[in-house]
Amino acid sequence: MTGKSIEEINRRISEGSAVVVTAEEMKEIVEELGEEKAAKEVDVVTTGTFGAMCSSGVFLNFGHSDPPIKMKRIWLNDVEAYTGIAAVDAYLGVTQISDKLGMEYGGAHVIEDLVRGKEVELKAESYGTDCYPRKEIVTEIALEDLNQAEMVNPRNAYQRYKAATNSSNRILRTYMGTLLPNYGNVTFAGTGEISPLNNDPEYRTIGLGTRIFLCGAEGYVIGEGTQHSPPFGTLMVKGNLKEMDKKYMRAAVFPGYGVTMYIGIGIPIPVLDEEMARFTAVRDRDIETEIIDYAIPRRNRPVVRKVNYEELKSGKVEINGEEVRVSPLSSYSIAREIMIELKKRIEKGEFYLTSPVKRIPTKATFKPMRQKEIVVVRNLMSKAISIPENTTIVEASKIIIDKGVNHLPVVDESNTLKGIVTSWDIAKAVAKGKVERVSEVMTRKVITVYPDDPIELAADKLRKHNISALPVIDAKKKVLGLLSSEDLSRLIVKR
Amino acid sequence: MMILLQFDSKTVREPVISQTTLEKKTLINIIRASVGAREGELIIEVDDSRADEIIEFIESKGVKVTKIYEKIIKDDEKCVHCGACISICPVEVFRLEYDYRVAADSERCVRCGVCVTVCPLKALELSKI
Ligand code: SF4
Ligand code: SF4
Repeated sequence: MTGKSIEEINRRISEGSAVVVTAEEMKEIVEELGEEKAAKEVDVVTTGTFGAMCSSGVFLNFGHSDPPIKMKRIWLNDVEAYTGIAAVDAYLGVTQISDKLGMEYGGAHVIEDLVRGKEVELKAESYGTDCYPRKEIVTEIALEDLNQAEMVNPRNAYQRYKAATNSSNRILRTYMGTLLPNYGNVTFAGTGEISPLNNDPEYRTIGLGTRIFLCGAEGYVIGEGTQHSPPFGTLMVKGNLKEMDKKYMRAAVFPGYGVTMYIGIGIPIPVLDEEMARFTAVRDRDIETEIIDYAIPRRNRPVVRKVNYEELKSGKVEINGEEVRVSPLSSYSIAREIMIELKKRIEKGEFYLTSPVKRIPTKATFKPMRQKEIVVVRNLMSKAISIPENTTIVEASKIIIDKGVNHLPVVDESNTLKGIVTSWDIAKAVAKGKVERVSEVMTRKVITVYPDDPIELAADKLRKHNISALPVIDAKKKVLGLLSSEDLSRLIVKR
Repeated sequence: MMILLQFDSKTVREPVISQTTLEKKTLINIIRASVGAREGELIIEVDDSRADEIIEFIESKGVKVTKIYEKIIKDDEKCVHCGACISICPVEVFRLEYDYRVAADSERCVRCGVCVTVCPLKALELSKI
């Protein structure tokens, strides 16, 4: 296998003879010429992505006021930034929301306003020291007034992401967009086969020090991103906000969820050898992910099915035998513009490639948070005393008195939940007379929980529906137990 | 065709829609309704070919009628072609073009308003009538 070096590719760029193609074009080239020839022919492949990247923000340095202030808390257009770093430095995160406008306006909007050349109100307060006597300041600043405005994003450019759907019967507003009830739609993020990390899945050329296109500016990869866990790799990146172009960054609001920012990233991939040609020929159908159910508000959301990016991009996927419409959330159209823009800059000799100073890990796991013991319904539930549907009111009242319980789940022969009767239902039936069987008075729409649900969720259901017990069932609606408010109160005593 | 009906304090108490259905032997689809004690607004859909005679009839009952031409408007300055609106619209107004830009076929829009609250860039708006 013959190879070429990054120095060689850079020399060709300076001579104007480098062959630069977009990731989209590369797939075709490799299909036509094969890996070996394509590797000889092509020097650089440009990749791109443009999507909502919550884990982004900027470091700002305001310079000193007279008399000077050691900023303790600061706000930019009423959006708070973090100042626990020296006197006049701050970090403004894109998802921080405005104290006054809430989710309508946030850190991302402040950053976009700065890039658009608008003035932003800076408000700061402090406790005052001998060296920094000033206690407050309110002023207007623009991007050019800042000493530094450095975008530093802890987690960007997700290689791939889990797609989302919703099995519940209510609309969910999430960071994956609006999810319609009963598997009404699917949303997914990422640009698949043109996305940077998918074109260098072993991270041979993308690493610490790789020069990239970040929102129009020249930026750098400064390591793997937080939560990096291949093949769900991520990058930490930085770039100068003052050089950025509003075309490639955009503040956004996901209704009901909050503020985020669409960030545009392009990464040039040197085709060093055949292996890199093969990597950059990756197709959407080879990039797999899962559709998960956001109706379950747990860390491990259930997987609805496996899926690849080709199916997702087709606009329709099948779930339980039905066709469901799909929305992308990343902009393929702007990602393409980025690939083309980066290609132009390299061809014109305005952008050179770098070798990574250090590679990012190809193996890493994303650990869950260490929490105090999670108590789930199973830990607290008690035995359910279930009765068949044809039980008489007299029999039921006897069970209630003998066993000292208040709730009787009603089941069929296979122990499948059909309804529930409470001591109150029975008392009412006795008072009225004429009623014979429990099936006539039972509640058929029963609110239930699963054994692995956290107790917070069960408590929430009891409160929301103003009831005092929940049958615990499995996926087939078989009754496993009962969780009552008394069971829950045992927990408080225990703690 | 979609039509906006504006009722005043007098007409709001008349069963205009039922009268129209019976008299004109036509089906009327109510798209949106906001009816108060003193006034009301309805958006209805009627057969294109019979729109004019139906409008004439409703107007004769004293109701103000406006034809709705413009529907959803997408601001292309703001839209980033993310596609969040595509799977949300009940009548498939939005689609990805061959160049992966999101296009809106607003002729189909039934003014349900769902997409307006879904777009992360606030690029969608229902046209003023
Ligand atoms: S949701 Fe908004 S920004 Fe996204 S494609 Fe639709 S109109 Fe454009
Ligand atoms: S208002 Fe409703 S029908 Fe019209 S485009 Fe939006 S979602 Fe579709």
